[in-house]
Amino acid sequence: MSAIFKRDLRSYFSGMIGYVFIAISLAFVGIYFMALNLINGYPYFSYTLASSAMFFVVCVPILTMRSMAEERRTKTDQLLLTSPVSVGAIVTGKFLAMAVVLAVPMVILCACPLLMWSAGAAGIASDYATLLAMYCMGCMFIAIGMFISSLTENQVIAAVVTLFVLLILYMWDDLLNFLPTTITANMIGCLIAIVIIALLLYLMSGSPNLAMIVAIIGAVAVIAVYFVDSSLFESLLPNALSVLSATAVLDTFAFDFVFNWPGLVFYLSVAALFVFLTAQTVQKRRWN
Amino acid sequence: MIEVRNLVKRYGGHVAVDHLSFTVEKGQIYGFLGPNGAGKSTTMNIMTGYIGLTEGDVIVNGHNILEEPEEAKRSIGYLPEIPPLYTDMTVTEYLRFAAQLKKVPKGEREEQIRRVVELTHLEDVTHRLIKNLSKGYRQRVGLAQALLGFPEVIILDEPTVGLDPKQIIEIRDLIRSLAGDHTVILSSHILSEVQEVCDQVLIINHGKLIASGSPTELEQRLAGSTLSLTVKGEDAQAVHNLLSALDGVTDLSVSPSANAGELDVQLSCHRGSDVREAVSSACIAAGIPILMMKSADVSLEQIFLEVTSDDPAAQSGEDAGTEAAAGPDAPAGDAPEEQNTGADQTAAEGEEEQQ
Repeated sequence: MSAIFKRDLRSYFSGMIGYVFIAISLAFVGIYFMALNLINGYPYFSYTLASSAMFFVVCVPILTMRSMAEERRTKTDQLLLTSPVSVGAIVTGKFLAMAVVLAVPMVILCACPLLMWSAGAAGIASDYATLLAMYCMGCMFIAIGMFISSLTENQVIAAVVTLFVLLILYMWDDLLNFLPTTITANMIGCLIAIVIIALLLYLMSGSPNLAMIVAIIGAVAVIAVYFVDSSLFESLLPNALSVLSATAVLDTFAFDFVFNWPGLVFYLSVAALFVFLTAQTVQKRRWN
Repeated sequence: MIEVRNLVKRYGGHVAVDHLSFTVEKGQIYGFLGPNGAGKSTTMNIMTGYIGLTEGDVIVNGHNILEEPEEAKRSIGYLPEIPPLYTDMTVTEYLRFAAQLKKVPKGEREEQIRRVVELTHLEDVTHRLIKNLSKGYRQRVGLAQALLGFPEVIILDEPTVGLDPKQIIEIRDLIRSLAGDHTVILSSHILSEVQEVCDQVLIINHGKLIASGSPTELEQRLAGSTLSLTVKGEDAQAVHNLLSALDGVTDLSVSPSANAGELDVQLSCHRGSDVREAVSSACIAAGIPILMMKSADVSLEQIFLEVTSDDPAAQSGEDAGTEAAAGPDAPAGDAPEEQNTGADQTAAEGEEEQQ
């Protein structure tokens, strides 16, 4: 693992990608920092961070696009996979290398609250807590980007798909506002969700019976609940899906000044999930 | 050392490797021979744990490649068909990375890198970026990587492709020098190369093992062309005397046929001698009509011709300078791309001849 970690880290800085990532990140946050804190005099750097989190959508794909795809294209994965190293360790090493690259702009940004503090008031504690939350969110995005990169041999496709997925995640809360809140619509939404789950089950297990049973049980349960207590369905889908919001946690740090432990756990566990899924994708391909 | 049992690999409906079984003994050089697409690379990829298998077992050094992959992979060095090189690294950086990846102890790394660089003659390019190296050098960097850690088994997928004749000789010498301490498995579609370097040869086609044995054994098989005849007549002894007097006949048996008044003759002849003409003239001269004559067994050459029959170069491979008059003994698979690979091969190429 350490060999892959070191090699990847070095390759980010022997080429352009590491520097481009750091430069764009810093420039983006820097513009917000200048506008909000320096010119308009907001005393909270955490506002700046939460407002500029958009930069992840652009920067993370740059970092992650080649992580797995390039290894496959150049067949260097043959070296990695025939070495006495487990797939999990390979993927973890790659993830950690990207996490370190991400840490570079974060560490540099640590200077901003100090700069403000030297010029007057600054919410030092909440600023640094928000930086930490932002870093964890970035790690989650990196894991997602790495997973997408493992699905293709083409860096460009990996970058575009990652950009799109991160954009959806970034706008998640706004998109949820478009979902209907009425009881009937939410019940229908639940039924659609059950059909989708059943289809996924069928695709993964290949067993039509299992998918059918799950679909029927789910549908019966939804309809039964609808007749017993239909008010449960009010705004059910928007509420349920808002749990997955990527930026909500960051906002609690930045705007509510709450150190949201469960939120950090959420970020890191989603990151771990996607690292795991990446390893599974690599394993699965070896068997096809 | 390595045991492959009943290996099957399917890609959808396509069977790439079909119930392949063989055992590899320690300290020998094995050659995988087969035309392109025979399943050599797939088999090697499975043996090294790069891809999974559909059925069967691969046991490396007592470790099943699926159940204990790390132990099994530790005793294997692998040079795939396309050398797995990070082109943004220098040769030394790359080898350092590979040594670390293969868990070579820290204290031995530099020494081992120095040794493999020496063995593969990379001294002049150690500080150059791999992307700026020629194909031959890249191949050698890949080979150096496979040697790192000096694993017990070294698997090389077409190691001499892209090398110039001098380099081919060097690499062959290197491979030979590795035998003894290491087991080497290399693949090739060049019969002469395998015959020259390997102690044991496994011939694969369509994912199946067609033949295996030492080159000498295979040569005998290649040489042993047998004719089967049916002639008219009652006097077995007279026919025997007539045919055994012919030049090149090594073994002969004459027996009465199932049909009355006919004799079955089995006739073996030396490598490189075609006795068909002599047999027929002798029989005609003696007034014995030949009712049937055919080649009795399918030689490896014929197998190769059959599988490469879509290759036009193989079909037009008449060579004036051939020393083998009718020797069905070289694979027609030596496609034109091999013809520039050196003097040591031209002799073998010269044997290539159409029947």
